Amino acid sequence: MEQGGFFFQALVYLAAAVVAVPIAKKLGLGSVLGYLLAGILIGPFLLGFIGEEGQDVMHFAEFGVVMMLFLVGLELQPSMIWKLRRSIFGLGGSQMGITAVIIMGIAVAMGFAWQTGLAIGLTFALSSTAIVLQSLNEKGLMKTEAGQNAFSVLLFQDIAVIPILAILPYLAIEGLVSESSSAAHHATTWVEGWAIWQKTILTIAVITTMVAAGKYLISPMFRLIARTDLRELFTAASLLLVISAAILMTMIGLSPALGTFIAGVVLAQSEFRHELETDIEPFKGLLLGLFFIAVGASIDFELIANQPTTIMGLVVILVIVKFIVLFIIGRIFKVGLDKNMVFSFSLAQGGEFAFVLLSFSTSNSILPTDVANPLVAVVAISMALTPLLMLFNEKLIQPRFGTKEIEKEGDEMQEDKNVIIAGFGRFGSTIGRFLQANGVQATYLDLDPDNVDLLRKLGLKVFYGDASRKDLLHAAGAAEAHLLIVAVDEPEKTKEIIETANKHFPNLEIMTRSQSFLDSYRYIDMGVDKLYLEFFDTSLRMGVDALCHLGHRRHESFRASRTFRKQVMKFMTELSEVHEDKSLLLSEAKKRMQFLEQSMLQEKEDFHKEKDHGWDASQQINEFGEEKLEV
Amino acid sequence: MKKILILFAHPAYQKSRVNKVLIKGLQDIEGVTFRDLYQVYPEMDIEVKDEQKLVEEHDIIVFHHPFYWYSSPAILKEWQDLVLTHGWAYGSQGNSLKDKLFLQVMTTGAGQETYCQQGHNKMTIRQLLAPFEQTANLCQMRYLPPMIIPGTYAITKEEVMKHKENYKNLLLGLRDEKINLDDLVNKQYFNEYFK
Repeated sequence: MEQGGFFFQALVYLAAAVVAVPIAKKLGLGSVLGYLLAGILIGPFLLGFIGEEGQDVMHFAEFGVVMMLFLVGLELQPSMIWKLRRSIFGLGGSQMGITAVIIMGIAVAMGFAWQTGLAIGLTFALSSTAIVLQSLNEKGLMKTEAGQNAFSVLLFQDIAVIPILAILPYLAIEGLVSESSSAAHHATTWVEGWAIWQKTILTIAVITTMVAAGKYLISPMFRLIARTDLRELFTAASLLLVISAAILMTMIGLSPALGTFIAGVVLAQSEFRHELETDIEPFKGLLLGLFFIAVGASIDFELIANQPTTIMGLVVILVIVKFIVLFIIGRIFKVGLDKNMVFSFSLAQGGEFAFVLLSFSTSNSILPTDVANPLVAVVAISMALTPLLMLFNEKLIQPRFGTKEIEKEGDEMQEDKNVIIAGFGRFGSTIGRFLQANGVQATYLDLDPDNVDLLRKLGLKVFYGDASRKDLLHAAGAAEAHLLIVAVDEPEKTKEIIETANKHFPNLEIMTRSQSFLDSYRYIDMGVDKLYLEFFDTSLRMGVDALCHLGHRRHESFRASRTFRKQVMKFMTELSEVHEDKSLLLSEAKKRMQFLEQSMLQEKEDFHKEKDHGWDASQQINEFGEEKLEV
Repeated sequence: MKKILILFAHPAYQKSRVNKVLIKGLQDIEGVTFRDLYQVYPEMDIEVKDEQKLVEEHDIIVFHHPFYWYSSPAILKEWQDLVLTHGWAYGSQGNSLKDKLFLQVMTTGAGQETYCQQGHNKMTIRQLLAPFEQTANLCQMRYLPPMIIPGTYAITKEEVMKHKENYKNLLLGLRDEKINLDDLVNKQYFNEYFK
């Protein structure tokens, strides 16, 4: 079928995604499976809208995986990685090693040379970062123990790809006809032909530079860009950052995913973290979707139809071997049974790196193409099976466990994000410091890059960003937060933030700073009931001091101010009902203030008749005694 | 079924070890209204009318608090000063509390043996609680023997759980009128009822 260029392609991919993903989600299958099915549907073996170019699309879309690792890095503080070191090297290392050896053994038993077996073993030991992280995220399991363990293993695998690529060429078998060398990967790095020690030094130098740049160069640069107030420029800069990190890493012969991951970790403490997250997220989502579609489309059904038993048998062997190895390692590392199930089911597949390694192997005379092609199909099928396996675990196995993972959710990886403070000027920072002094670490957002810079220098963790944007609120953790404190100083902005929060996070409790009564009425109309007039408490305190200065008793004046405050707050709610009508509002307000003043004066004369009746002995004197003292 | 109002006062609740356990689950008992006074009035600005209305709606009033300087924490004193007004609680017109039951549930740091003439607290707990007893009398309430959770400085978990169980049985017994009030007449402390 002849396709009409780029737009037709875009139409096919987007339409397939838009149709298939919501259906899959509706059926409870998760978006990953939706994309994969969409890919199979439009692929060469069903509808045939896309053909061989699916492979190119896949290479392009692999960048989604790179972006995903950047985002994962942003979520991880370096200290967190240090905490995870045991699971990264322990779980990850043993998983890679044991799985590779077992699969190699199986391959050798099937009659392959040990070199071929080792190449297959190493290739199949890898799991799919894209599918696993996306699925775990979607199920909200990323921050649980099982999610962390899975992530640790994937991280180790991403690092392991580098030495694997270095080792593979030595496994080449003499006599195997090499394909055209132009197909070889990584032919254009700077380090072609360098010695190992040179590469190592360069790698260390580049990573050090990245860390330094992230600390001292990137933030000022972003601050400059933020000051221009052009959103698209910020997005462009974010993309530029990710792409540069990826290219730099490729040039020195490392995996781009690892490069962006490091860049992400470096920027995890930057004030632009949430803004970067928000900007990159949609690109990552789209590319990752595209990637899954491409995987679906690349499944070679013709090949499967020709040798169905071999391929399906291999898939079963692959999944079972990986599952058992993971499960036993999980046991050894004392992972609870229910968590171990999540962990083992989620990682029991081949990964996208397998495609790269398999084509690398064929071009380096390690594997003949007639062996590699069925293996590609095996990996693709095992990837497509993963969401199904996870679903199987979730619906049929997990219900058998009494204790759910949820209970221990989020102790390590999760930051304390229970409170979000939007607006971190004089007002918001006072609240923030007070909360901090009481051990509550809030997430602070502010729109003024200079202010953010200043506060950061004071050691406060403030992020740059506009809290009226849904995606930014989301990145700041609004979905899990208990409280949003709106402390910005522009009434219009306040209104926008409340609107966004009400619309997208209806369960989020909102406390609002208000600068005037008129603003307050508008906020009350929007359903806000926790309102804080910024001038009210301070001016009342000043009023109390003024009274005291004039000779009034302190305790009495303080109590009077409390009554006054309560009454005015009550009036405010009442008046908000008539605030549309300006003249009615004025007359009603006047009526209430007069009433309040009179009743308070009256009370004062009667020694706070209502409140302090019990401290006033006049009634008792009337009943039990007689007035002999002159007051 | 009688209705019970528990007025709980603990100004350092976050540091409480025993009371925290004792009050857990109280608000779930049918017929019991649990009111944490320091939580309701962080500024001690007691709303007299609200409190009087609540008291009128209940038959049994419980003061639950730790023993501070041989008395209650300050907010309970403030509560008595402001809520128990002349003409409502006492005086020729003040009959709102008539025939209600009054009970104190109290934790003490020192052991009960220190509260006697030979002990270093010199007086018995009942003697020290005389102001509460007389307040109840003046308001025409029936003062029940107080329930004491003594020796909290060195209390064990088992002992606390035992007291908690007694406390619950006491509340249920009073609520359902299963406890014969005449049995209590000669008891110094409610604790004796459970022995």
